[in-house]
Amino acid sequence: MDLIADRGRRVTVEELNTSKLLAHAAKQVKDRKFDDVLIVDTDAHHYENENFAEILPFMENEVFKQLALSSRAKAGRGNVAPSGFGYQDMGGRVTRYPLRASEKTDPGRQRDAQLGDRWMNAMGVDYSCLFPTGMLNIGLHPQKEMEFELCWAYARWVTEKALPDCNGRMYTMLCLPFSDPEGSLRMVETFGDRKGVGGFMITSVREKMQVSDNAYMKVYRAIEERGLAIAFHSGPNWGSNTFQSCNRFLSAHALGFSWFNILHCTNWVVNGMGERFPKLPVLWIEAGLAWIPFLMQRLDHEYMLRPSECPVLKKKPSDYMRDMYYSSQPMEIQDMEALETTFRMINAETQLLYASDYPHWDFDLPSTIYDLPFLSDRARHNILGGTAHKIFKLPPRNDAQKANLIKYGNYVGG
Amino acid sequence: MAEQFVGKASEFKDGERQIIRIGEDEIGVFRHQGEFYAYSNFCLHQGGPACEGLTIARVIEPLREDKTSMGLHFSETDMNFVCPWHGYEYDMKTGAHIADPRVKLRKYDIVRKGDEVYVVA
Repeated sequence: MDLIADRGRRVTVEELNTSKLLAHAAKQVKDRKFDDVLIVDTDAHHYENENFAEILPFMENEVFKQLALSSRAKAGRGNVAPSGFGYQDMGGRVTRYPLRASEKTDPGRQRDAQLGDRWMNAMGVDYSCLFPTGMLNIGLHPQKEMEFELCWAYARWVTEKALPDCNGRMYTMLCLPFSDPEGSLRMVETFGDRKGVGGFMITSVREKMQVSDNAYMKVYRAIEERGLAIAFHSGPNWGSNTFQSCNRFLSAHALGFSWFNILHCTNWVVNGMGERFPKLPVLWIEAGLAWIPFLMQRLDHEYMLRPSECPVLKKKPSDYMRDMYYSSQPMEIQDMEALETTFRMINAETQLLYASDYPHWDFDLPSTIYDLPFLSDRARHNILGGTAHKIFKLPPRNDAQKANLIKYGNYVGG
Repeated sequence: MAEQFVGKASEFKDGERQIIRIGEDEIGVFRHQGEFYAYSNFCLHQGGPACEGLTIARVIEPLREDKTSMGLHFSETDMNFVCPWHGYEYDMKTGAHIADPRVKLRKYDIVRKGDEVYVVA
């Protein structure tokens, strides 16, 4: 197929086949014997908008459903969900974006499930937590009713259509309509016990959200009572007032992912949510790792000066942050000593979870963790899958994986 | 070091590339402005197929004497090739990453024998 390069010049590249594109990843799997290691990818994606024809009919409210379906009719010009600015594909340099539609799959099975098999097999990933892509912007929707309807419809589709086609290798943390606390609670009560639901996710790409508002306590309680986890998934918002002064995608992307998790993690910690819900596993996803030591130091510093503003806290903010979990991608690898310090500060051996973010442009392979020179074997196994096995109760897929889970003290059955 | 046959120069169009596999090793051979260039096909970032993606002119941002920007433009002279996994971008003539020349793909010599092109690996 041809891709457009400089000045309209066309460059011929092979048609997209995920297995072929990731052949070098498969070599890493073989070289490092990843089949013996339980590898859980705690943040992978699909493009749910490609499935809107199946998803939107699951909307409950007939008026909003009609609005959504009508906007997608031929020549319709409506936008169902908020969309962001950006050039994830870097002008076609990351070829799987422009070539995506050309990849062939069998008609008898969900396309996303087939594509998932291909990249999970190539990377040596045993399980992936499937997240949407466009709906990470759902917090920017001006209508809380539509936010609920889209989250509800997606939750039904993914639990009733997509996950059952994934041979048990994909699970999800369902996106909550966080502008609607009552609707969020209803989502937890309705979907919390469904197969493949490991917890619930709040898109942290929100300009106005107070995670400690009393209205949400019943939501967190309901998740905690079910033994599930909660995740805050970050993203960029180039259109926000803060980032409109960024004249490069790189700037808005690098800052945005970190910023939205910094913002909401701060509110979570300072308001003592860790004291209130000590058994609730909390994950911070896709902001990299460099922001965490920064925030630990900033919050500890100010807390020592102004503890009267945080009377619920019984220890330093960084201690609460060390109780939470962090997904590894996109892992900043430019300064290995800084990265090692970060791992020490966050107790990575027990709190860090491998994530690929595939198929997005800045995905990380399992080797990014496995090859780190300063990690012990225990830390390697824990980060790649042992810790996630404990949180999400994902069974090992062979005897060698089970033996390693037992060896490193992670095995909880299955 | 052995010479591995790549193809006939007369059949290797300018702007095209071939991937040569020698055991488990892979070498990308490009033809650019009449010259042949050969590099390891394993990206120095995460091991992606460095030579199998887009070739694209380098983006430049000339500055005027008063330091104001003239905006973004494609270079008239410098060509890059890009790893399709993450966008690591390498200079066609040197194999060096355009943002950090210390990050450099292994370069292979090319030998021409008449119309035949060989890579020395």
